[in-house]
Amino acid sequence: MEFTLITLLNGLSYGLLLFLLSAGLTLIFSMLGVLNFAHASFYMLGAYFAYAISIRLGFWPALLLAPLLVGLLGALVERVGLRHVRRHGQVAELLFTFGLSYVAIELVQLVWGKSALPYAIPAQLDGPLFTLYSTTFPAYRGFMMLLALLILAAAGWLLQRSRIGLLIQAALTHPQMLEALGHNVPRLFTLVFAAGCALAGLAGVVGGNAFVTEPGMAAGVGSIIFVVVVVGGLGSLKGAFIASLLIGVLQTYAVALDVSLLSGLAHWGVQLGPDVVGYSLLRLTLAQVAPVLPYLLLVLVMLLRPRGLFGVRD
Amino acid sequence: MALSSWRGKLLWPAFALLLLGAPLLFAQSAALSILSQCGCMMVLALSFNMLLGQSGMLSFGHAVYSGLAAFASAHLMNRLAGSGAAALLLVPLAGGVAGMLAGAVFGYVTTRRAGTALSMISLALVELVAAAVLMFPAWFGGESGVSTDRVLGAPFLGIDFSSQLQVYYLIAFWLFICAAAMYGLTQTPLGRIANAVRDNPQRAAFIGHDPRRVRYLMFMLSAFFAGIGGALTAINFEIVSAENLSLLRSAQILLFTFIGGIGYFFGPMIGAITGVLFSSLLSAYTRGWQLYLGLLFLLIVLFAPGGIAGACIKLFGGWRLITARAWLRLATGLLIAGAVVFLIEMLYRRAAVL
Repeated sequence: MEFTLITLLNGLSYGLLLFLLSAGLTLIFSMLGVLNFAHASFYMLGAYFAYAISIRLGFWPALLLAPLLVGLLGALVERVGLRHVRRHGQVAELLFTFGLSYVAIELVQLVWGKSALPYAIPAQLDGPLFTLYSTTFPAYRGFMMLLALLILAAAGWLLQRSRIGLLIQAALTHPQMLEALGHNVPRLFTLVFAAGCALAGLAGVVGGNAFVTEPGMAAGVGSIIFVVVVVGGLGSLKGAFIASLLIGVLQTYAVALDVSLLSGLAHWGVQLGPDVVGYSLLRLTLAQVAPVLPYLLLVLVMLLRPRGLFGVRD
Repeated sequence: MALSSWRGKLLWPAFALLLLGAPLLFAQSAALSILSQCGCMMVLALSFNMLLGQSGMLSFGHAVYSGLAAFASAHLMNRLAGSGAAALLLVPLAGGVAGMLAGAVFGYVTTRRAGTALSMISLALVELVAAAVLMFPAWFGGESGVSTDRVLGAPFLGIDFSSQLQVYYLIAFWLFICAAAMYGLTQTPLGRIANAVRDNPQRAAFIGHDPRRVRYLMFMLSAFFAGIGGALTAINFEIVSAENLSLLRSAQILLFTFIGGIGYFFGPMIGAITGVLFSSLLSAYTRGWQLYLGLLFLLIVLFAPGGIAGACIKLFGGWRLITARAWLRLATGLLIAGAVVFLIEMLYRRAAVL
């Protein structure tokens, strides 16, 4: 019971972080049709900027400033690069952001080096939030969850209740009409791209010290968020939310469980020797398989529902 | 490129002569090794262009097929040890079959969707395979990989593939065969339909060609040639590790191919040469070679979607039209590039001191 609850909480907090990341990606994709391959790079930049700011000004200013900086950078990327490759089509846009992700890693290594940075959790949040049975739940994890939920609520309100949200919704389906009414649609696009990048940056600020800040961190989450977005259905925010929680919980449980098919069979009284066909497959523990579970989930979903769980457009 | 003219007819014999004569121009062993690497990479880039350039499929997992084929070839060579050198001639073919099998399995999932979804699924498959490979050290050798020996036994017509020159000619032979076969494929109905599916899947479907089937077929054929490329890499390096099928390797193939130019059949070959020179020559001078490669890629995406091949053809086609203004722009561009390189190099120096 204790194990189940604590692992569930850990899984949910990881899932919410994934959602923070994939929400920005989904926002950009559903609005501009651009699959931002460099999204995880903006996550990484968020963490590095937060580190650089937090050693001078402290964590709380970094929480505000780093996403803003990342958002500004995103706006710059959209204005200088992405807007101009758009006329060459989707593949060109994808290639551009792919090249960007390649360059970003090299630049980060150039400025901050290849080793992990000592980007630490702020002292106020470094401690237990509550104790469940005998296991303590860290306060920082609770903070991460709260922040993700707040952002989710704010984004929902902004998109559905505010005037700018109305314009964004309209630009999704009727960009020409909006243009004719005198709204600056290209500027709206830049704004959305910047907002998506800022969300990734925010995830980096809280994810960088919860996990580790190093040049490999973009590659670490890069593929997972694509899995989230495809499994949830391209462009569906609801799908991304459910898929990220699903993957977060699934993976956290798998990592924590040290059972294999072999030990399961032994539990039922079947003893197998190393000469059985596929012994190395049977011997793998669930913890060892954990890294590939999201990808297996993706393959499964692709075979059963090629559009993803809540997909609406291709 | 219009290859029906007399110039086009001369192109293939010229290519063969170039392949035969290249070792005479660059006879040092280091140069031979670079030439061999270029040959392997050319096969990979050409096969990748069957997907990206011809069928409009941006796959991020091309190294999976060549890498799995490389593992299969390494195991095959270890089995064949002692059977005679002639057997090595057919190892690339076996690699091709292995690559095609992998392509048939993974392509079935990948090609169900088109466009961006296809790219993302291919990316997830790389991660799946790369992580799975490390889980089965008995077959894939774990971190250190599987090593092999390309000298299989008794010489065949005096050739035992112990020298780099003989290996180069083996690679060149297969490169020529593969390039000719892949060029031939572009002229077949399947190649043309693949172009149609790339440009307008609805219309291709309307005239009776299921886009998914065409994509799947092209995917398997591309995986076949990638498999040959993978087998040649295994023969050249005599070791295969998980790196051969990593995302980084897939990304490299993509970068090289696009830099060369995906709109022209010979573009990927130019890209392969550029890429290998970057990674083997430039890396000796600067730690920033990957950064330069990435920046070059970005510049090409932004300003020259036809790649180096496209830029050259444009230049030769209209060199009389180059005005003083164009020269000025070129000079400004070079000046900015020089300043950027200087800045980056200074930063790397500083990073090295720290």
